[in-house]
This record gives sequence, structure tokens and C-alpha cells, in this order.
Amino acid sequence: MSSLSRRDVEHVAHLARLALSEEELARLESQLNHIVDQYAVLAQLDTEQIPPTAQTIEVENILREDDPRPGLRVEDVLRLAPAREGDHIVVPPILGETAD
Amino acid sequence: MTDLHSLPAHRMAAGLRAGEFSAGELVEAHLQRTEMTDGRLHAWLEVYEDDARAAAADADRRLADARQAGDLADVPPLLGIPVGLKDLVLVAGHAATAGSRILEGYVSPYDAHITERLRAAGTVIVGRTNMDEFAMGSSTEHSAWGPTRNPWDLERVPGGSSGGSSAAVAAGHVPLALGTDTGGSIRQPAALCGIVGLKPTYGRVSRYGIIAFASSLDQIGPLARDVRDAALLLGAIAGRDERDSTSAAIDVPDYAARLPEADDEAAAVLRGVRLGLPRQYFVAGMEPGVERRVREAVAALADAGAEIVDIDLPHTDYGLATYYIIAPAEASANLARYDGVRYGRSMRLPGADYIADYKETRGTGFGAEVKRRIMLGTYALSAGYYDAFYLKAQKVRTMIKADFDAAFERVDALVAPTSSTVAFPLGARMDDPVAMYLSDACTLPVNIAGLPGLSVPCGLSEGLPVGLQLIGRPWDEGRLFQLGRAYEAITAGADWRSAQPAI
Repeated sequence: MSSLSRRDVEHVAHLARLALSEEELARLESQLNHIVDQYAVLAQLDTEQIPPTAQTIEVENILREDDPRPGLRVEDVLRLAPAREGDHIVVPPILGETAD
Repeated sequence: MTDLHSLPAHRMAAGLRAGEFSAGELVEAHLQRTEMTDGRLHAWLEVYEDDARAAAADADRRLADARQAGDLADVPPLLGIPVGLKDLVLVAGHAATAGSRILEGYVSPYDAHITERLRAAGTVIVGRTNMDEFAMGSSTEHSAWGPTRNPWDLERVPGGSSGGSSAAVAAGHVPLALGTDTGGSIRQPAALCGIVGLKPTYGRVSRYGIIAFASSLDQIGPLARDVRDAALLLGAIAGRDERDSTSAAIDVPDYAARLPEADDEAAAVLRGVRLGLPRQYFVAGMEPGVERRVREAVAALADAGAEIVDIDLPHTDYGLATYYIIAPAEASANLARYDGVRYGRSMRLPGADYIADYKETRGTGFGAEVKRRIMLGTYALSAGYYDAFYLKAQKVRTMIKADFDAAFERVDALVAPTSSTVAFPLGARMDDPVAMYLSDACTLPVNIAGLPGLSVPCGLSEGLPVGLQLIGRPWDEGRLFQLGRAYEAITAGADWRSAQPAI
């Protein structure tokens, strides 16, 4: 398992949508590498034949009847929005010159 | 009436039924106690004085009606009892921040499942308690709102992430509180604060309306000053909820009814029970005083008739790495929703695009530990690393669970320390994240395996509480409560039981 370079840290921060200061990036580079070093022990185990566990409760395909029922009160939800216009939440534009 | 706050909840309930005092008097005693000491402790982020008094008045009305109708016996067991909720349990009309600035201004539009249950049970919800941000921490020092202090020594941590709930119960602000436990966050602060804390089996309690950290690990559970109280509180909140598909359709036994009143009867449960002692839990760095208390507790259990069996859980030491891949990975997904679009902190930078807005919102809204874990999780799930990290950790998870399954073929429960140290000083583990992570070495394997775990006080070391952990088979909370109650019975006369927190 390779260690993280400064560029890796910046890339992960971008994927995670986190703006980090110069100081944070430097500190995280060191801390993340230290933590990721702890992961190396897992390579000692032969897990070739071992199935992964995603959840311990072993339930599958829990279904319910498609009965319409009241949801949250619209007003209770809308008043939480940082920007609002009538019954709509105002969001920044996502189409156009945005780079990603 | 001034010592009402030091009674166990079940004695408060008996007192209410007998008419010794009213729910109104009970809530006043607790609000007073809270006001007197929370300035120093900082267990609470918000106390709902008006709501609490109104709920207490409702409880008094229900009691009066029941008394008149002659059916006091049918009144819910926790009617009128004050309860604290960790700041990630949603209560309609109230703020919830999960200990984070990113949820500033958020007022919940709905009740969590457990909130609905607690209202139906007639409990008096007193307010929301402090916690490590998004439940990520073992000391409550990662709260955006400042740390909570340990009632036993104000210069030390109460543990975390449910430090506020634990300190509030230990200090007599409320007899009962709810916390959540993802890697130890109920059991470890319970141990450090000298109280009882249970992490139920994964799926025992609905997570609907509980702000999520790691969805395959999170569980809600009770914090209380004795085992009977914890059993009553679990009974009030456990059970299937169709809004949480992972909540189990398994009957909830009457946990408290199965706990004998008489000490000798309670202790009889120990005769012939097989208790496993997992050798990997007596770690090298364990404080000698803590080890002594735990081994004394094991000896007491053996004297009372339990058969102690040496148990090997060979994959224990892989638990830390496994947990610190799975939990951050799940957290990175759960915390992606905090983007400032629909609620909470929202930064809109002039002339910038929406991605920059998200980055600024999240970069300034989340604290250092949360950012660290989001980064770890994102990395572990990213292209090229998923197999080596996340998938690998899931496979090791299977092996860790298999160790427990094998142990439970030979024993009925496991007994171990909850924490290898007593409460540490504020600031002591803040410079090294891994040192902080090691606080949960004895608790996180239990979350990995989805098992129930109970921490009960078992004495003091250097004047600070030590916790004994009992780990059970899935759905065997009932037995854990019985074993915990039995331990209370055989140590009822112990000197350390009369020690009180300094506050």
C-alpha cells in the first residue's frame, strides 16, 4: 500500500469537497500517512476465500406496500433552506462554465 | 427533596406512583441540579426548561387519571422520568447539530423513532447533550461547542462520543440518557464516568431520525446509574420500525421484568454460567489499576459460581485498522449530504461555482477530526484503493465476527475491560489521532461484529471509575442485563459503590 503524496491529499480533498488551508493540507498529509500505515497489518491476513461482511444483521430485500402517506410538512423543510423563493429552494447554477 | 436526583429511575418511578412527590417536583429537582453544576461540566448544549415542565405536568395528569381509574399498574414504567438525548437524536421543532457547526440553524422537522417512543412512554425530555462532532471521538473534545468535563475530575475527559449524556447521568442531571455507539461511544464514556451503558445488538433499536455516522455500525443505547434503569430504557425504545430497514423484526423481551429484586436471587444467575475471558483484551498498555479492578471483578464472578474460560479472539488486533477503514468510508458517504443546499451552514462565494461553495461550506463547517475521517474514507473508497482497503476490511470484518461466533460455542458471554485506562486529562490525546483511536481498542470489535455490549462500573483506580465490559450473543441483551445485575448484587456492599463524583 503506497503512501499519500501531497498531490494525493489534494485530490482526495477535491473528491470530498473540502477546502483545506495550506496548514491543514500539510498536517493531514502527515496524519493520514500515519493512519494509513496502520492499515498495512491487514495485508498479513489471507482473505482470498473470505466473503466480505457489509452488515451483521443479515436481512435482505426488506419491502413494504407502496401506500402513499404524508411526508414532512413542506414549510418545516423550506424554512431551513439558506435561500428560498416561494416553494423552491434556490441553489447555485450547476450548468454552464463550471469546471469539474 | 433535595436528593431526588440521586435515586435510580426505577425508585423515582415508584415514588411517583406512591404519590411521594410529583413529576413536576421531580423535574424541578433535576433542572436545579443541572443549573447548579452544568456551568462547570458543560454536559448540555440546550436544556428545554419549558418543554420539560410541560411534559412533567402531562405526566402528573396521567398519573392522577390512572390513580382515579385504579390502573396505576398499567402506567408506562418511565412516565415522568427525566431523560437526556445526545445532540444527534432528532426532536421535532428543536435544533440538532451533532456537535457540529455545519448544522448551525438546523431545526428538525420530525421526531426520531426513539423520540416518538420516549414521548409515548411519558418521559420528560430535558434537552440535548454534548458530543464529539458527528460522533467521531472518544473524549467529547471534538465537539464544536467545547468539551464536556468528567464529573469525577473536571480536568479530565468524560470519554466520548456520548460524553455529555454520560456526564449528565453521572452528575445527577438526569437519571437516564440516550447515546450512540459506533466504536464504543456509549460503553467507553460509561466506564470513564462510572455508570452503566449498553450498546444493543445492531438492529435492536431503529436509527430513523438519528444523525448518521457509520450506518453498519451505529446503534442507539441507554446510559443509566444502574442495570435495571438501563433495561427499562432499552425496553422503551427497542423494536422494529419499518422506517429503518435494518431494525430487526425480533420481539423485545421485558428486560427489566427478568431482573430479580432480591440480591441473592439476582446473583444465582451466575451459578454455572460460562464466562469467557478474551486474552487479547488485556492489552500491553493497560493501566495496572484498571487491570486489577477488572481481574477482581472476574474473581468475584467466579466466587459466585461462574465458570471462567480462557478465550482466544485471534483477529482482535486487526480491529483497529478494520474499523478505521469501514467507519470513515461509511461516514464519507453519510456526510456527503452536508453541502449547504437544503439546510445548515451554507457558504456561497461571490463569483465562484457550486463546487467551490461546497468546499467552503464543508471546509469551514466541519472540524479537524471529521475532515480527517472524511478524507480517510474517501481515500479508502477511491478508484485503485477500494479493493486493498475497503473490500479487504470487509473481509477481515467477517473473520473478526467468526472469532466471536466460535467463542460463543463455548461460553455464554465474554467479560473484559471496557477501556484499558481511566479518564485521561483534557488535551492528553489531541495531538496524536491514533492515540485517541486506541481508546476504543476493547470496544470497537463488538461493533464490527454487531454484538451487544454492556459496561458496568467495577471499582475505582486512582479515584477514577473503571468499567467492566460484558459482551453477548446477538439479541442476548437480556442475559447481559442479568449478568450485570448479578454483578451489582455480589458487590452491593463494596466501598467503592458509595464513592460519588466530586462535582
